[in-house]
Amino acid sequence: MSRTIHLNGRAVSVDSPDDTPLLWVIRDEVGLKGSKFGCGIGACGACTVHINGKATRSCVTPLSAVGDAKVTTIEGLDPAGAHPVQKAWIEEQAPQCGYCQSGQIMQAAALLAATPKPTDAEIDKAMNGNLCRCMAYVRIKKAIKRAAGETGAPKAAAKAAPKAKAGASA
Amino acid sequence: MNRHLTPTDLQAGATSRRGFLIAAAGTGLLFSFTGAGPANAAAGAFEPTIWYGIAPDGVVTVHVIRAEMGQHVGTAIARIVAEELEADWSKVKFDHVDSAAKWGLMVTGGSWSVWQSFPLMSQAGAAGRIALIEEGARLMGVPAASCTARNSVVSGGGKSITYGQIVSKGELKRTFTAEQLAKMPIKPPAERRLIGKPAQARDIPAKTNGTARYGIDAEVPGMVFARPKVPPTRNDSKVVSIDDSAAKAVPGYLQSIALEDPSANVPGWVMVYAKSFWAANKAADLVKVTWNSGDSAKVSEADLQSHAAALIADPKSGGTVVDDKGVDAAFAGAAKTLSATYTTSTALHFQMEPINALAFEKDGVFEIHTGNQWQSLVLPWLAKALGRPEDKIVMRTYLLGGGFGRRLNGDYAVAAALASKAIGGKPVKMVCTRPDDSRFDSPRSASTQVVKMAFGPDGKPTAMDHAACAGWPTEVMAPFFMPKGENGVAFDPFAINGANHWYNVGPQRVRAISNDLANKTFRPGWLRSVGPGWTNWAVESFMDEAAHASGKDPLAFRLSLLDASGRNSGKADGLTANGGASRQAAVLKRLKVAAGLGKKLPANTGVGIATTFGQERDMPTWSACAAQVHVDPASGKVTVERLTLVVDCGAVVSPDGARSQMEGAALWGMSLALFEGTEFKDGQVKDTNLSTYTPLRMADVPQIEVIFIESPEPPVGLGEPATTVVGPAIGNAIFAASGARVRDLPIRPKAVLAAMKKA
Repeated sequence: MSRTIHLNGRAVSVDSPDDTPLLWVIRDEVGLKGSKFGCGIGACGACTVHINGKATRSCVTPLSAVGDAKVTTIEGLDPAGAHPVQKAWIEEQAPQCGYCQSGQIMQAAALLAATPKPTDAEIDKAMNGNLCRCMAYVRIKKAIKRAAGETGAPKAAAKAAPKAKAGASA
Repeated sequence: MNRHLTPTDLQAGATSRRGFLIAAAGTGLLFSFTGAGPANAAAGAFEPTIWYGIAPDGVVTVHVIRAEMGQHVGTAIARIVAEELEADWSKVKFDHVDSAAKWGLMVTGGSWSVWQSFPLMSQAGAAGRIALIEEGARLMGVPAASCTARNSVVSGGGKSITYGQIVSKGELKRTFTAEQLAKMPIKPPAERRLIGKPAQARDIPAKTNGTARYGIDAEVPGMVFARPKVPPTRNDSKVVSIDDSAAKAVPGYLQSIALEDPSANVPGWVMVYAKSFWAANKAADLVKVTWNSGDSAKVSEADLQSHAAALIADPKSGGTVVDDKGVDAAFAGAAKTLSATYTTSTALHFQMEPINALAFEKDGVFEIHTGNQWQSLVLPWLAKALGRPEDKIVMRTYLLGGGFGRRLNGDYAVAAALASKAIGGKPVKMVCTRPDDSRFDSPRSASTQVVKMAFGPDGKPTAMDHAACAGWPTEVMAPFFMPKGENGVAFDPFAINGANHWYNVGPQRVRAISNDLANKTFRPGWLRSVGPGWTNWAVESFMDEAAHASGKDPLAFRLSLLDASGRNSGKADGLTANGGASRQAAVLKRLKVAAGLGKKLPANTGVGIATTFGQERDMPTWSACAAQVHVDPASGKVTVERLTLVVDCGAVVSPDGARSQMEGAALWGMSLALFEGTEFKDGQVKDTNLSTYTPLRMADVPQIEVIFIESPEPPVGLGEPATTVVGPAIGNAIFAASGARVRDLPIRPKAVLAAMKKA
């Protein structure tokens, strides 16, 4: 049965059966490969997308449950891939193998949208469901803090700017 | 000391038979090694091997044979080339190549990539620079001796010409012999402009926007999907019958086929085909396969450990890696002896991208699209499985969603290839679910080790005896890599490295013992750092125990044994071991200051130290770690508060990449020490997904400090070493905090409580 989902600001017609997890619809039917398959039980976070802005595990979300909700994947987070979280990820050189990073970035973007200035404990709590097998956690956390500075109050942004510049010229 | 055969030896052998050819060809300048292959040597022809090229627009493209799996290896290798080539870094690119015979040994493991590439790629870059200067000088009409190269420009006599212009206009024909190449002067460290300087890794941006392509993302038109039915045992299951009646109700289900595998990589596998992954996944759950399995279906973790203990008890078992005269006499005449047994549980790779591969036949060539760490190992397997020569098979290269040694073993590529062969070479994308991946993992074998020390009346060690037993990945998959011990018995070097440490402890015996029950039950894997991940758990826990037994401070005790005399001077272990144990002593001394050892700590808190040489004696990455932990006396729960690491890895090629490898590997060491471990039950690993297999998460991350010693020595590897040193530091910290001596990994709160009661 054909249905329409709202993906990255577009209406997309898909034919996968109702019980197909959104992840496989996005990856194999629509062809957006940025969201990743890791555990299949919603416990690693590599498949994380936004559904109406909320970080959601697409590997355990059946297509039938998506309805009219707005789905955003890593490809749709920012048209130029320059969301503050993505920029901070590059500045902190966070990814190692990178496989979990689409999910990490989507999780972090949702965190900062809801909590622009998270504490360490809030970061841990929000990110603990996202496994990074390379264990690049030190930089992921730094990058979230950097992005929080950039997206936050002007004072914090001014502080972060020279640091960002130094990183970019390095 | 027995010197292990390493791929360096193989590679050195290969390159010594090669010359270096520079010739203008086609649209670009090709710098290549030339090898006189046996087939064409008679005809006098050379088959070039291409490492990098410069296009007429001046863009340098470095061809990287190493797999990218998080170490940013392409950036590191390209910078090594660019350094000596004097290339403008903004004009340097790299690609990760597909398999081809011309590349020689293709392997990404052992923390070897930078270590092995450094001399080779530096010389290649230097040769290119010399050729460009000569040709540039000729084009400008000035003497070559008056010219210099910098930032992709040759200057001299008041003139200058870019590399791109030289390539466009010149006639580059310079060749270098192997001897000339080997003598190629490499810059002194003070003149380096790229190596050791900050740079962003080129692979990272694509990893932040969804455009990075991993094996699992590979697709071709018309492909079908497949998920395997993984048999109940790794090696001895045979398919009796397949009942797919229930699966037929799944829309998109196609068929199920029992694979025939002449290469014995996937015995007993049944492949379930469908039009989508989800259909294949659902259908596979419904396909009923009956297998006949052998004895390994009964094997438990306890069986593996008790078998190991029995093997160790037999003094004749195993290969002797070190076998000095006088060990038994020293023990017989000792004032005191100490003996301890250390064990580690089976551990999974759990790389985040489950194993997968896309395979099909096209124009007479079988293509395998997948991420892989050791193409040279799997190609012969594929040839055997598919019944075709290796030159009719190509491994297409993708990013790896984690390697950690899992993808050194390319058995999954064989499964996909056979799945395609079974349907006439049509494209098949095989994807394993996480439980499939875990059950088919080549896990880190459980290990058992017995370590003994004899002491003189002054409390100084007079002899040491170390026996280590585990499943041997190299014996099972790459026996040609096994050197012979002093007693003539071949052993897996990767499963014993670390036990042949740099402490002077009097006569030593190190026995490496293969756990044949493990080898039979599963396929032991190389897991990040391999043997040093368990041998150092024993050596460094034991050194702590020995220090306490002789009433000495653990750090002072270690320093007293790291005197760099005799075989531990470093003189017998190759260029990169220069300095020997004195460099290990230096990292320990630095650690003392950096970690503030000796400070008073709160109750139930303690600091433990450990030091290792990373991976191999001829590639020592001198490492030291101090772990500060808190032990909850009521529950035995261990919280790591702080890790301080000091490392001497010679020259640091990519400072930020190096730090990131150290951070990740240190946390791996911590995860394997406290959070990760499974067990064999009925011939299979018990934990197959994150519901029960629990690697470290962000909230567990302690404060981490990593210090690099500045060093003019050649660079060594950094992917694994930190993994080897953190576990024993944590174990020793638990002892310092609570008096509990734990000897089994992973360290569970229950074991800490039990050990506290004994203390």
